[in-house]
Amino acid sequence: MENEVLRIEHLHKEFEGNVILKDLNLTVRRGEVIVVIGPSGCGKSTFLRCINALEDIQGGQILLDGHPVRRDAKDVTQMRQKIGMVFQSYDLFPHKTILHNITLAPEKVQKRPRAEAEKEAMELLERVGLADRAGDYPRQLSGGQKQRVAIVRALCMHPEILLLDEITAALDPEMVHEVLEVVVSLARLGSTMLIVTHEMAFARAIADRVLFLDGGEIVEESSDPKAFFTKPQTPRAQAFLKTFDYE
Amino acid sequence: MQSLGIDVLLKGSNFLRLLTGLWTAVRISLISVAISIALGILAGMLMTSKSTLVKVLMRVYLEIVRIMPQMVLLFIVYFGTTRVFGLNLEAETAAIIVFTFWGTAEMGDLVRGALISIPRIQYESAAALGMSETAAFRYVILPQTVRRLIPLSINLITRMIKTTSLVMMIGIVEVLKVGQQIIEANRKTSPNAAFGVFAVVFLMYFLICWPVSRLAARLEKRWA
Repeated sequence: MENEVLRIEHLHKEFEGNVILKDLNLTVRRGEVIVVIGPSGCGKSTFLRCINALEDIQGGQILLDGHPVRRDAKDVTQMRQKIGMVFQSYDLFPHKTILHNITLAPEKVQKRPRAEAEKEAMELLERVGLADRAGDYPRQLSGGQKQRVAIVRALCMHPEILLLDEITAALDPEMVHEVLEVVVSLARLGSTMLIVTHEMAFARAIADRVLFLDGGEIVEESSDPKAFFTKPQTPRAQAFLKTFDYE
Repeated sequence: MQSLGIDVLLKGSNFLRLLTGLWTAVRISLISVAISIALGILAGMLMTSKSTLVKVLMRVYLEIVRIMPQMVLLFIVYFGTTRVFGLNLEAETAAIIVFTFWGTAEMGDLVRGALISIPRIQYESAAALGMSETAAFRYVILPQTVRRLIPLSINLITRMIKTTSLVMMIGIVEVLKVGQQIIEANRKTSPNAAFGVFAVVFLMYFLICWPVSRLAARLEKRWA
């Protein structure tokens, strides 16, 4: 497929004898937004971490633009530059200002001129409404603001695909919205994203495709999120979605 | 009230001699501290090494330093090496070797503690941005380590300054030794000098260590 960005073939991951991911297959096309949902411990975070080679894998392969991503490969740092990742705990660098959190990797890793990196960082900060906080330190920001900065930090590297790992799970409810709005606007601009989330309303609104993961395997996959969330096909997905209903 | 015995310091060049002795003590600690910091960062990295052998060796080193009194180390290096290895070390060199040997181990342990206190996710988010291990260490981990380290290492520095009082045992004339000499020389004329001179020596240590320790407190607050 010419539009293909990411292809995962027979991904198998074990840890100390426990199988965490079983024979996962997935193809992501450019501009596609894929949402991965599933119960805690189903392996969805591990799945994202494998794609970014933060975890060893025991079988299968991950191809970004046809090129393998492997933790032990020499070019792993080059590959990771093309894969943006935002974590649950926003993990900004506490000793750097917001602006320098964003420009550090573009300057030191991609060797872009400082002025150019800072200009782009400021434009991106403007877009997420945080341009006035550029000189502040992470500890001066709220969780929602830090998470928006973390998204900008990943974007500034011009990744081919963005992996979002439960980025609102550590946030107070009133801050969830401001972060998810940023993600929605990215989707409109055509960013390719793979999103792990517990926010079902958000998943339904943003997904081009939904993957339901349970016990380390894809139990249900749907390219019609509305239909999936209204009437899932498999009993396990039905049971999982039911846990979000209060009647 | 009896005389406090401070007056002896005004005789001749006594006070100047005391200051010279103080400078000897400070010089030994400054040089040792500087070398200890540089080597200590390396030692700390080795202590967090993936190799068990390296870790065990570093552990043995640290334990030896902790268990052995500094004075014994001084005697081994100064008196011991002369005969066995035919080395003729200057007393001050021997003192710097011992203090550096001690400081490197202690500083290494502080560096190790600071390194492992940096959350894993900091390494991971640096990696996720495409940084190599070296780049992540240099731009993300090391600056945070140093911030955690400075207050701790300043405590070590004050301890080292205080412990230099031991070097008089290998014949170095530092502030405490000069004080003793002044007291001995004036035993007849100022029998109370022991109080006054040692009190002034105490004050000198205080004046050196107190600002250093205040600085530690301030940095700790600023970087907390």
